[in-house]
Amino acid sequence: MELVKQQRDTASDLKTQEYFVNMGPQHPSTHGVLRLVLGLDGEIITKVEPHIGYIHRSIEKMCEHDNYRQIVHLTDRMDYLSAHINNEAVCLAVENALEIEVPERARVIRTIFAELTRLASHQLWWGVMGMDLGALTAFLYGFRDREMINDIFEETCGARLTMNYNVPGGVMFDLHPNFHKRVKEFIAHFKTKLPEYDDLLSNNVIFRQRTEGVGILSKEDAISYGVTGPTARASGVSCDVRKLHPYSAYDRVDFKEILMEEGDSFARYKARVLEMWESLSIVEQLIDNIPEGDFQAPTKAVIKLPKGEYYQRVETARGELGVYIVSDGGKSPYRLKFRSPGFSNLFVLEKLAVGSKIADLVAIMSTIDIVVPDIDR
Amino acid sequence: MSNEELQQQIAAWEPAAEFAEEGSQFLNVIIEPPQLRALAEKLRHEEATFFDYMFCLTCVDYPEHFMMVYHLRSTRHGHEMVLKVRIADKQKPAVDTLCDIWRTAEWHEREVYDLFGIHFNNHPDLRRLLLDDDWKGYPLRKDYVDPVNMISY
Repeated sequence: MELVKQQRDTASDLKTQEYFVNMGPQHPSTHGVLRLVLGLDGEIITKVEPHIGYIHRSIEKMCEHDNYRQIVHLTDRMDYLSAHINNEAVCLAVENALEIEVPERARVIRTIFAELTRLASHQLWWGVMGMDLGALTAFLYGFRDREMINDIFEETCGARLTMNYNVPGGVMFDLHPNFHKRVKEFIAHFKTKLPEYDDLLSNNVIFRQRTEGVGILSKEDAISYGVTGPTARASGVSCDVRKLHPYSAYDRVDFKEILMEEGDSFARYKARVLEMWESLSIVEQLIDNIPEGDFQAPTKAVIKLPKGEYYQRVETARGELGVYIVSDGGKSPYRLKFRSPGFSNLFVLEKLAVGSKIADLVAIMSTIDIVVPDIDR
Repeated sequence: MSNEELQQQIAAWEPAAEFAEEGSQFLNVIIEPPQLRALAEKLRHEEATFFDYMFCLTCVDYPEHFMMVYHLRSTRHGHEMVLKVRIADKQKPAVDTLCDIWRTAEWHEREVYDLFGIHFNNHPDLRRLLLDDDWKGYPLRKDYVDPVNMISY
């Protein structure tokens, strides 16, 4: 007892020094090649400085030399977990610029695929989030359910991740005959499995202690930092592009925009889990109502956009993806900018993590749900 | 606010601003670099406009000038606009930073500095973001020549 008191008295005289730790670029919980330089005062984080660009492929420069059909293929390689939605953004930009009327069937197919993509992305995130906090079972559960969606994609598109199913004017080919049956099976399956997600993590005492009240993001900061997607909605920012600027078939489905107030890691977690229910409901509403007809509108072989500027946004699994096209009337864009959700979301990490313990950083980072190729482009 | 009302309001604040609506779904406001700070402060903080969310920041390299492009949205009023700054000096392009007004601008400006070589005055941490620190040149400029890439267009 005497010793403890003595140590406490001398503690203020001890020389302490801020030191720096590199997290990444090879680190299991950065989910890609991201490097964070952490300033530490003991266990407390004093500084977070993300270093990005390890997998920069200059997609924007490549787009300036590609035609619009080719650009669609590049967008999968940004946020590969929202591949279909990224493709859709470029296709919608081209269609709106040329005023192409996309057939009803294609719009509904796109929306179903987009929501399945969102579900697959959130399932992967949920599994990885568990793994980051040391719960390996969650990882296996998440991947088991995601596999069903990937199989559905594979059957129709021939690819599991980078699907390239969208083309300007609609979708590349019609649905596989099994599609309807498989999706129905998946909905029935996942409805019984999603409550298990809650059992395993949401209601887990250890999990909640590590996430509740940790990494709080205020509404004002979320807007100022340009944060979008479930990360922002957990802080009460209404930013769902599907609601604000409905595209494809979102104007005819009934779903809730999940808004939370707390803004902590657990709210961000909860927002995504609740979003899975909404996505499931959207798929369920549409799957029996896919209109008959064409799946693709006729388009010219060489697409040229009229001179001008176009901005198209979609809601990916991570937030708002914007495609800003400056066209000079040629077959390639004069300038193309992807406003990727991951880029803006990543840099709020500094705001969230400074002042918390280093052990919480991984939990905070998981709830932002970053995908590095989306940030580096 | 509708686009007409926005235009009237901004014209009252900044008489030298140019307006364009053709070829874009937003109201485009084009100004010169010295006018940027004052107008941006007003757009962000005045109750009538209250553009609190900058959803896109980028640059375009035109033959005669650089054009900084800021996409703004008000989460309170729901209106949107595009603020553009024409930088005529192609040799030493510079413009004031907006990162104290919209925090997201800090890293978007670093990206523009990295890829276009625009200098942002008073930026707290203006370093290359995506490319190596010793990279030569600014790849998204139209006159950039990549010596490594063997595919010529």
